[in-house]
Amino acid sequence: MTAPHLLEVQDLTVDFLSLGGAFRATNGVSFHVDAGETLVILGESGSGKSVSASAIMGLIDTPPGDICSGTITYRGKNLDDCGIEERRDLNGKKIAMIFQDPLSHLNPVYPIGWQLAEVFSAHGVAAGAEARAKAIEILGRVGIPEPEKRIDQYPHQFSGGQRQRIMIGMAIALRPEILIADEPTTALDVSVQAQILDLLKKLQAEDGLAIIMITHDLEVAASMADRVIVMNSGRIVEEGQARAVFENPQHSYTRTLINALPHADGVDGSDRRSTAVIGAPILEVRNLDKYYGISSGIFTKSTQLHAVKDLSFTVAKGETIGIVGESGSGKSTVARVLLRLNDVSNGEALFHGRDIFKMDAKELLGFRRKVQMVFQDPYSSMNPRMTIFDIVSEPWRIHKDILDKPRWRDRVVELLGLVGLKPEHADRYPHQFSGGQRQRIAIARALACDPELIVCDEAVSALDVSVQVQVIDLLAQLRDRLGLAYIFITHDLPIVRHFADRIIVMKNGAIVEHARTEEIFRNPQHAYTRQLMNATPRPKWEAAPSIVPLPA
Amino acid sequence: MFSFILRRSVQSLIAVIGLLVLVFFLSRLTGDPAYLYLPLDSSEAQRQAFSEANGFNDPIYVQFGRYLLGVANLDFGTALSRNRPAMDVALQAFPQTLKLAVIAMSLALAFAVIVGSLAAAKPDSLFDRIASTASLAGASAPDFWVAIVAILIFSVGLGILPTSGTGTPLHWIMPVFVLTLRPFGLLVQVVRGTMISALASPYVKTARAKGVQRSQIIFRHALRNSLLPVITVAGDLAASLVNGAVVVESIFGWPGIGKLMIDAIVRRDFALIQATVLITAIAIFVLNILIDLLYARLDPRIRFQSK
Repeated sequence: MTAPHLLEVQDLTVDFLSLGGAFRATNGVSFHVDAGETLVILGESGSGKSVSASAIMGLIDTPPGDICSGTITYRGKNLDDCGIEERRDLNGKKIAMIFQDPLSHLNPVYPIGWQLAEVFSAHGVAAGAEARAKAIEILGRVGIPEPEKRIDQYPHQFSGGQRQRIMIGMAIALRPEILIADEPTTALDVSVQAQILDLLKKLQAEDGLAIIMITHDLEVAASMADRVIVMNSGRIVEEGQARAVFENPQHSYTRTLINALPHADGVDGSDRRSTAVIGAPILEVRNLDKYYGISSGIFTKSTQLHAVKDLSFTVAKGETIGIVGESGSGKSTVARVLLRLNDVSNGEALFHGRDIFKMDAKELLGFRRKVQMVFQDPYSSMNPRMTIFDIVSEPWRIHKDILDKPRWRDRVVELLGLVGLKPEHADRYPHQFSGGQRQRIAIARALACDPELIVCDEAVSALDVSVQVQVIDLLAQLRDRLGLAYIFITHDLPIVRHFADRIIVMKNGAIVEHARTEEIFRNPQHAYTRQLMNATPRPKWEAAPSIVPLPA
Repeated sequence: MFSFILRRSVQSLIAVIGLLVLVFFLSRLTGDPAYLYLPLDSSEAQRQAFSEANGFNDPIYVQFGRYLLGVANLDFGTALSRNRPAMDVALQAFPQTLKLAVIAMSLALAFAVIVGSLAAAKPDSLFDRIASTASLAGASAPDFWVAIVAILIFSVGLGILPTSGTGTPLHWIMPVFVLTLRPFGLLVQVVRGTMISALASPYVKTARAKGVQRSQIIFRHALRNSLLPVITVAGDLAASLVNGAVVVESIFGWPGIGKLMIDAIVRRDFALIQATVLITAIAIFVLNILIDLLYARLDPRIRFQSK
């Protein structure tokens, strides 16, 4: 009889009850983790990966949750046998957890020092000045500069990466044995992501932590995992040593996920790049500047933020321009200014020779018909009380000359067919569709006025990887069929690799590099571009073996 | 912070001046005071003499100018019905209302926060259902009806509480109870709603993962975040109490500003109407500043935005 695993989950089945009946979130899930090792639970949204972690922490509310079967044992002790107090004391002390969005997971009205010190006071370890001193020490340990000064600040005064460091600090404060990390880097920029992953590895090496990492991101998974389990629809479809699973996936679902990776060199044979002949320029942007005024108190001076600096580029018919940058780079501002959702500060943008910024109301209406936008969040960019038919046909209500009303239904059905949806979908409402389907609807709506240019602002960022590929394929097909041009704005450099003709890399509002896609990837000129490419986490087995996991 | 108070003061001053103008002219539409203050059989000449003596015969803009001049010199005119300076009368009545309002609001807030939080901690439990039903009843019951029923039971029936007036602590019980009921009922509903969403928030999940005690999660993490909307509603309710709980003060014969205002209107005592309106307007202005400061105290994000 071998010693029990540090943490073991056996045959966990969790239902969520709703008016429509019970929904099975996990179905007979079993896994274990031992000291010093990292187990990655990999899956797309709705796969039930977070539910298993919440069950370990006792965070599932019943109702609506219902734990139908399964046992969770910590050091051979069944957690179901623990009293409420015993279970609470385990949380934070022996098993800790960090979450995806550190801003909403930190209490906005208390200083971070207070929130850190609370970990000590809640478990009776330390209180008052002693807890405060320990909190400062922890802030230093997770890499917050000048912890003495920053300890009394509030969560909104920190950057996203710092907030996640603070979350990690709270989690490791009492040197727990197990750390559950639920999508810890998904809300962060790639360069910050790398830092956070390094921090986790460092802490693991120092404390011999067992990490259960939940992610949908294969690269993050590969860079962290010793062992991996792949979940789909509440079931484990594949598990094993990380390298074996990634290099030789057995289950078809795992293969689909790995093939969907945009930067898997050679794996993806189909070249999605434009093959159609690129036509004459339709949009010429010259020396675009945009300032935002910040703060406008009567007695305070207003300062200005230079969001876009001296930006120039052209878009030709049938061409795709990728604008890549991290948050705060000004990439979305470009889209908003070009569509005149925000006013420009300086510069001009010629659309078929006419300056967009000087158009009167009538010209602008005609311009907006030719240039459409697809937004990041397909959930909030559609009116939930309108049917798909109403949503797609709305442009014709505004531009009355496009189509006679009797022909609307036929055209909506045609457009839905074009984006891979069925005619009967027209009478449904947005909430009845998945994220990928909604983004297809958004594309159909954009196509309704026969545009020449579509601006996609992070249009696939909210989607699962396998769905991202489908949507990008759809956009590429439509481009070839309809001769569309795209401005594709994203924070994810690899994703535009097989899609964009040219790429503009932006940082702090300015262009740092602007070149043809092949050249950017073959020979990036600017250090920042290289940093963005290298920020993609490398698989653990390819990295220098500086961190050797303890034997199980 | 100082510049904030200054700015709010200037805004409020403009509002108060507008209000005074409105009250000055509207009150004069109610009729000629001479008919009320002189005996029914008084002659036209006597009424003329009365109006002349009190300046009611002057053109209305002259009267208004005189009034503004008086206000500038802190002279608010004489209350005809009492033959004393109007402001003295108003200032004497105001503390009675203020005491009542502060006690009623404090009780309502304190109980509502406790009951609402506990109800939100276990939605759909027996306690929650009782609290929700009772608070809804409290919020919907008309206060004049509650007041009359209370008098019927405790004064007329049981004979343990005085029907009206002031003097002993017993006199406070029924007015305070009646004034507390409605704000309590409304606030329980608000606290329960905001607490339920706060308890479902991500930062509460974090606190649970940290192993924080349940009571701390409810009363520290969730409550402070839920208080902002509660304070907004409570401020509105407090304003209506400071304004003078006209009905309740009248029923219980409470010598507060609400009752005084009604008396002044009935007696066409223009100076007194203006004085009471001015007092309550200033009180509500101060209340609003206090609420804004409390907001900033509760939510650091508001504090730093103003910098």
